[in-house]
Order: sequence, then structure tokens, then C-alpha cells
Amino acid sequence: MSGERARLDVAKTYKLYIGGKFPRTESGRYASFERGDGAGAVNVCRASRKDFRNAVVAARGAVAGWSAASAYLRGQIIYRIAEMLEGRAAQFASELHAEGVAEAAAAAQVEASVDRLIHYAGWTDKYTQVLSSVNPVASSHFNFSLPEPTGVVAAVLPERPGLLGLVSVIVPAIVGGNTVVALASESHPLSAVSFAEVLHASDVPGGVVNLLTGQRDELLSHMAGHMDVNALALCDVSADAATAAEKAAAENFKRVRRFDDVDWSADASASPWHIEAFQEIKTTWHPVAN
Amino acid sequence: MSAAEPRLPDLARVTPVDTVGVEERVARFRSRSIKTASKVAGLRLALSMIDLTTLEGADTPGKVRQLCAKAQHLHERMADLPTVAAVCVYPTMVSVARDALGASGIEVASVATAFPSGQAPLSVKLDDTRMAVEAGAAEIDMVIARGAFLAGDYDTVFDEIVAVKAACGDAHLKVILETGELGSLDRVRQASMLAMAAGADFIKTSTGKIKPAATMPVTLTMLHAIRDHYLETGVQVGMKPAGGISDSKTALHYLVMLNETLGAEWMTPRWFRFGASSLANDVLMQLEKQATGRYQSLDYFSKD
Repeated sequence: MSGERARLDVAKTYKLYIGGKFPRTESGRYASFERGDGAGAVNVCRASRKDFRNAVVAARGAVAGWSAASAYLRGQIIYRIAEMLEGRAAQFASELHAEGVAEAAAAAQVEASVDRLIHYAGWTDKYTQVLSSVNPVASSHFNFSLPEPTGVVAAVLPERPGLLGLVSVIVPAIVGGNTVVALASESHPLSAVSFAEVLHASDVPGGVVNLLTGQRDELLSHMAGHMDVNALALCDVSADAATAAEKAAAENFKRVRRFDDVDWSADASASPWHIEAFQEIKTTWHPVAN
Repeated sequence: MSAAEPRLPDLARVTPVDTVGVEERVARFRSRSIKTASKVAGLRLALSMIDLTTLEGADTPGKVRQLCAKAQHLHERMADLPTVAAVCVYPTMVSVARDALGASGIEVASVATAFPSGQAPLSVKLDDTRMAVEAGAAEIDMVIARGAFLAGDYDTVFDEIVAVKAACGDAHLKVILETGELGSLDRVRQASMLAMAAGADFIKTSTGKIKPAATMPVTLTMLHAIRDHYLETGVQVGMKPAGGISDSKTALHYLVMLNETLGAEWMTPRWFRFGASSLANDVLMQLEKQATGRYQSLDYFSKD
């Protein structure tokens, strides 16, 4: 056989990540994404509202198990995501470069993403202490407050940075025991899909994180209106669209958090307050004898 | 039923089933897309065909009363909803269900004959049946003796169904084949023919205790058997797939299959039932979605 035979290109198909599986969009629609490194165009799924609905079903199914997992286990799993990402740093850097990020900045962004994962992995067994309190009350009660996960969080991820923004929004939500359905950056979708592979290899139970690629304009109203979604994270959403989403979210009292103009590459953007954003504080009055 | 003495057909002469053909036909049914007004009509029909079921060792009178309340008040926010067809319980719970349902028009169905295994002497099975009927069950869901059927002892299976039918009196008899234990579609068809010849008013796929429970290929095979029995004898027999049908889309595909196999005459709760517990809420969620445009959450629907 000739040693010079040209290999066929093995082009990657960028799929969705729903319930621990990698399906194509049920709608059969794709958006062509021109790679910034001159390697041609790739097809990225354009998720439909039904894909979103399926992802919510998966996320809802995962709430019970994930919210009951011990803090120690959640920390281990999130640390493992960091390990897996570290091992594939080169791939992610090249993918970010393909999305138009300069090479040095791409490598720095992957590094920062790993560091952010490590940061939040450390918080899993600490945030409850920080956010809990014992409250002084004027009756014979022991009164205390502690955080509980909100449930299913639907997130519109930051447009950029594609990977670091994704990590910075999703990870604090799952640290707090929530499950997430996230819509990736429209302009930087590739690293999101590849990040799903990292999650998949990290013992993150199926359904805890679900990643969609598609159009915000099309999906936001369904994310805001879905009765089985408990909270909404809106990053870089225009004021009008955010107001409309807040109105639709009011139907089932979704917790809505907006993250506008956050510099996700700053160390200061890693904070336990992002964990608190999707926690419900439960206060208990326990009768005590005087 | 006809006055003629029921006779066991020669099962060796029952036409074999083309399994590949059945699966291909089912795949066609599954690809149907039903939207808007047709979808709403289909969902409402499916709702009216449900036998709301609780068959747990942990059933209590309180749980049965709760299920009966659910059957009568499916989702108060929506006006003009049909009720389910029946509530299906164990014999010991029949009187509780009968009292709770009152004059709502919803029937009480009871499983009987040593459900779910059917491994008991005939005398016990007949007492089981009579007790359920006396307590007020209008429909009896019996299980066939699969052990005898698989051993080739068709006479025993046949005679048992005839005897239970007699014990039912005016109550409708649904015969559960437990297709998950029969092995092949050929045996499903044979068992269907046997049950119908013995006087079954309905044939039913499964107890819900064995996986696989109801599947579309099995149901299609039984629908074909019902059609052939009808063409031969003129006797109409009903169909009840049970177990494993939990979402609206699947229910709609069953209705498409029913309509295109047996026709509009069978498209009523009188001749077709779904044995299910979680299907009702999924159908209600879909109806609410059609009405409001919002995907729904189980948080806003009563548990059953």
C-alpha cells in the first residue's frame, strides 16, 4: 500500500447534550458556522423548543439525585471536570481559536476555565456554612436559615468568553445542587459542545447539565414560559428581551437573575454569590424549652 | 355472548404472525405527526379511555379514595374535560372505590384470579372473581394461567376463562394475556384467539408487573386477532393495552393504530382502554400546553 495515501477528513459533528446523550436536534435544522482559522465551515445544531422541552425533562429527572448527592461527592465530580478539561486543553484552545479568539488568549481562557472549576469545586462543602445563619428571635424558638437548591435552572450563557463564560455560569448553579439547561453562546458555540464531552467523561450524572446550541430570539420565550423551570439566568440579554422574559417567568414565580456586562475573565467574577443566586433560603422555627 | 357453547379453536391452525411486517407497520404509526385541533381531540379521547390504575401491595383505602377523587376531578382548571373510563383496583378495594365514585358514571374495574401471577387453584380464582363482582365491580380483569399455556395445556386455560366468565355474571371480562411472558407474537395471537373464543369481552396485554408490558407490536398483533375474530364470528371484542404507556405521544400513536386497524367503531371507551397510572397527568399537561402555549410542570397537577 502507498504510504502517501491521503486520509479522509474526520469532520466533527457538533451535537446537543441532553440527558447524558448527544442527540441531533429533533428539528433537523443546522446553522453553518464559519471557522475563524480558515478550516472551512461546520454545522452546528439549531435547537428547537422541543429540544429545550426534552432537556428540561432530563434536568427535572436529575434534580432528586444530584441535590441529594453529598457535598463531598459534588466537589469530587467538579474537580474531575477540571482534570478532564486540563487534559484536553490543547483541543479547547484550538477550538476557541477557530471561533476567532487569538491563540494566546485562547490558551489563557482554557487555563482560567480550569482554575474556575477548581475554585468552585472547593466551595461545594463550604457555601452552606457561609449562607446559613442562626437567627435571634424573641420567642422560645431555635431559629435557623439554610440554603436549598432552586431546582431546574435555564441559562442563556454569555456571548463571550465562550468557554469561560459557560463555566462561570453553569458551575456555581450545579455546585448548589441545581440542574441546568443552558443555551450556548451563538457566536462561540463550538467549545460548548466539546465541553459537554468533558462533562460526560467526568461522572456528572446525565441530565445535570444539558447544553443546547441555537438562537436566543427563538428559544428565550420558551425558556421563560416553561412551567417546570424554576430559575432563569440571563447573560447579555437586551433590556427589552429581559423584561419580556421576566414577565413570562412570573407565571410560575421563576427566580430570574440577570448578568449584564460582567467581566467573566476577572478573578473577582468567581464568587459564592453566584452560588447563592440559585438557592432558596429556608428558615426553620424549632420550639425549645426556656 | 352467543348462546352456543364456547369451543377451543385449534391453535395449531392459527395463522403465524409476520413479525418483521408488524414492526414495520408499527414504525409507520410512530412516525405520524398529529397537531392542533386533531391533537386536542385525540388527547381528550385518550383521556376518556383511561383505566386509572393502582395495583400496589401498599394500597390503602385512603389511597384508593384519593385515586377516585382524581378520576372525578382530573384538572378543575380546564372546563368540559371528559372523565376517565374506570378505576382499576384489587378486589379488597372494590367496595371503597364503588362508594367513592358514587353516581359519577365511572366504572370500577377489579383485577381477579390471583392477579398478577394467576398461580392459584381454580376455586380460589372463582371466589376472587365473585367477591369482586359482589363488591360492585362492573369489570373484571383476569389473568390467564401462563404456566399452563406455555406447557401447551390449552384446555385448562380455556376452561378457566369460561368458568371465570360465568362467575362474572353481568360484569365485563377483560382477559390479561401477560404478553411479556408469552415470548413470541405467534403465541400472543394464539392466546388472543383462545381468550376470545372462551368469551372474553376485552383482551388486555399485561398486568403491568412484568417488563416488557404493552408494546405497539404486541397490541397490533392483538388488534389483528380481534379483527379476524370479528370477521369470522361477528362478535366485537375490546382491546386494552396496559403498562408502560405513560406519554401522550405514544397514546396518540396507539389511537392511530386502532383507527387504521379496527376502524372508527372501536374508537370509544366501550371498546378500547388504556391501563395506565401516569398517562392521565401527561395528557392533561399536553392539553394545558395546547390551551396556554406553555410547557407544563407536574407541580401543578394532582398526584394520583
